[in-house]
Amino acid sequence: MSRDMMSAFELYQPDTVEGAVELLAKFGEEGWALAGGNDSFDWFKDRVKRPKYVVDLGGIAALKGVRETPDGGVEIGALTSLTEVERSSVIQTRYKVLADAARRVASPQIRNSGSIGGNVCQDARCWYYRYGVNCYRAGGNTCYADTPEGQNREHCLWGADRCVAVSPSDTAPALVALDATMVVVGPGGQREIKAEQFFIGPNVDIERMTVLEDGDVLTAIRLPAEWSGARFYFEKVADRNTWDFPLVNIAAAMKVSGAAGAEKVDSIRIVAGAVQCVPRRLTVVEQVVAGQPKTADTATLAGQSAVRGATPLNFNHFKIPLLQNLVTRAIRDA
Amino acid sequence: MADNTNGRNYPEPRFDSFVSKATSRRTFIKGVIFSGAAASGAGYLLSLGGCSSGGGSAAGVERLLTLNVNGQMRPVDVAPNETLAMTLRYKLSLTGTKLGCDRGECGACTVLIDGVANYSCSTLTHAVRGRAVMTIEGLEGPNGELHKVQQAMIDELGPQCGFCTPGQIMSAVALLNENATPTRDEVRHALSGNLCRCGAYDHYLNAVMRAANNGERVSQA
Repeated sequence: MSRDMMSAFELYQPDTVEGAVELLAKFGEEGWALAGGNDSFDWFKDRVKRPKYVVDLGGIAALKGVRETPDGGVEIGALTSLTEVERSSVIQTRYKVLADAARRVASPQIRNSGSIGGNVCQDARCWYYRYGVNCYRAGGNTCYADTPEGQNREHCLWGADRCVAVSPSDTAPALVALDATMVVVGPGGQREIKAEQFFIGPNVDIERMTVLEDGDVLTAIRLPAEWSGARFYFEKVADRNTWDFPLVNIAAAMKVSGAAGAEKVDSIRIVAGAVQCVPRRLTVVEQVVAGQPKTADTATLAGQSAVRGATPLNFNHFKIPLLQNLVTRAIRDA
Repeated sequence: MADNTNGRNYPEPRFDSFVSKATSRRTFIKGVIFSGAAASGAGYLLSLGGCSSGGGSAAGVERLLTLNVNGQMRPVDVAPNETLAMTLRYKLSLTGTKLGCDRGECGACTVLIDGVANYSCSTLTHAVRGRAVMTIEGLEGPNGELHKVQQAMIDELGPQCGFCTPGQIMSAVALLNENATPTRDEVRHALSGNLCRCGAYDHYLNAVMRAANNGERVSQA
């Protein structure tokens, strides 16, 4: 397998969203929407994906920047760099969980070029799939990770359906925890999708990780005012502190009332990444914790409830206590 | 720029506004022919099929462009699928920028784009049109004097084999440009996207701390 130069493609650099959508719709399956490129170029250099037409979204000024919206929320352009998200004062002060998540993505240089839209739209990181084998996700009829000897340490605990790949994003769990809305522009116009519905598992479509179809461009991510300034927790566990994808990450947003020492959790959204093909919203934990005192006992119970029903593969049992502990810490320390 | 980079104009070949008003069209194309000749040779030697022969079709981006590299305007013929690292090394002969992994996983190819550290192996050259690229070669002063980070690297015996050093230095320069007095942890964070297989990390940290301290050694304690 050639692993050097990218295959030739025609490059387009539109400067409007409409221009990009028109091109992508025209090119269909032969087209490719390029954001920061950190995911795309791996595919191209390995010659696993060979689009004929690449549409570079990086020159579209309207897709960049963090803006406060009249309804008290914040809108982040999809091509805003992760560094900019991490350093944005409004995100740091009001949606710190997202700034914390962005700071833990990959390396400084990747955060400088990588966009938040690209981070949530990146493809599965299952190394069998990445290697270019003809697995289910690639259109074949085999899963190489879920076999007796398959190396599946990084793979899923829930939602296996032929494919056992996980959501690799650090920012996606934070966005689901914040109940963000994804703004998508396609050939049929603009539509808005809740982050929780934006990500799809193999049971919905095994060849995609998001609802985006050919010609669709994720243009912006809106954070609602509801969770602005809430209590947050984000933690990522990975083999290396730089570059690596999460083994498990956890993002939580909660509203707490009462005096220090006698606090009560009024409401909470808590989401785990890298345990399922989509960011996994831990609704059982939310039900266990909401209305309860924010104590060590509640946190312990939350951790225990988080892992119920987990179905490990041969090499990823460790993710169960890892997730349990992360949930416990999130409730205890947020 | 606005009307001729719009995607809806795709059937027409385009000449973008990067053609300096002071440069006649003829001199511009002449310059490109010269750098293009060097390029095709390099492509042949290195079997850079896609790099030298490109997309073929005239649709899409205009291949002839002028890059702002180290303060100089450099005309160059760039394939649509060409990375900045390829252009710098094999067309502009700026081989101080190293290619380690070519996957954004090592940092040897780090350059500054508009002052920000980026992996040049993971950047399309066409995406830096109109932006300022700074490589390790651009750090020297007007009389060839070393940048303070380079000098500190020598004083602290920073590199071992030296292959990752240009990338480490560019990351350090990007940091010092926005934070002239970083803590050791801030330096560690800024250099965390650069691998060193010799494991000379502490030496690099010492060097950057020294550079930030006017060339005086900073005790680790």
